[in-house]
Amino acid sequence: MRQIARMLSRRQFSIAAAAAAALPLQALAQEQSQPWEQAVRSILGDAKPTEGKLSFDMPEIAENGNTVPFTVKIDSPMTDKDYVKAVHVIATGNPQPGVASFHFTPQSGRAMVSSRMRLAKTQDVIAIAELGDSKFLMSKRTVKVTIGGCGG
Amino acid sequence: MAKPRIKLPDTAKVGEVIEVKTLISHVMETGQRKTADGQTIPRNIINAFSVKFADKEVFKAELHPGIAANPYLSFFMKVPGPGEFEFTWIEDGGNKTVEKLKLNVT
Repeated sequence: MRQIARMLSRRQFSIAAAAAAALPLQALAQEQSQPWEQAVRSILGDAKPTEGKLSFDMPEIAENGNTVPFTVKIDSPMTDKDYVKAVHVIATGNPQPGVASFHFTPQSGRAMVSSRMRLAKTQDVIAIAELGDSKFLMSKRTVKVTIGGCGG
Repeated sequence: MAKPRIKLPDTAKVGEVIEVKTLISHVMETGQRKTADGQTIPRNIINAFSVKFADKEVFKAELHPGIAANPYLSFFMKVPGPGEFEFTWIEDGGNKTVEKLKLNVT
């Protein structure tokens, strides 16, 4: 919960904190959580990710929200015993937060993937790397979007 | 789906880590857009991409509506030996596009 709270703005957090004081925490988690928080929770489960340690390249300003390039890279030997299993990307401000899940194998050689996403508006984008053994890395980028790209 | 474009190095050595770039034409309709008279345009995206080399899975991805139209995907592979790539893109509804490409291994 605290990890997710760090990602919210101070104003959002104080509203959430006030609501949390009023409601049992369990009910709050079910009723108030946004789709992107649910997406993050379904990836992490109970695990607490390590922030940083994941290189997440995104432009600071996306002129066209319809196509925004990104690259995720993790320093990993990518051997049979020690490799990045997957990278998940979530756009917290899109009507549907899922961007993609990329799955590597020891044959991948490098834990690095590039693609392009759509962003509906200025928002935080989250990348989570799954290392196995319930270990996760997480990184967040704030991307300003001048022309939104979800067609909504 | 239109014919995909794939970029591989001209040659590669065993043990080398190479970059593979792929691009396929697809509208990746998110299901969020509406027509002029308010009808929602139904979702239709490529939701899965998988890569085999010499019959062994190397990389795969689940794509969600957040991926931009004309999906571009670049990933890496450590060359185990000579062989052929098999790329598969699967659309909502099950339509598949498969592309095979041999890698020149010296």
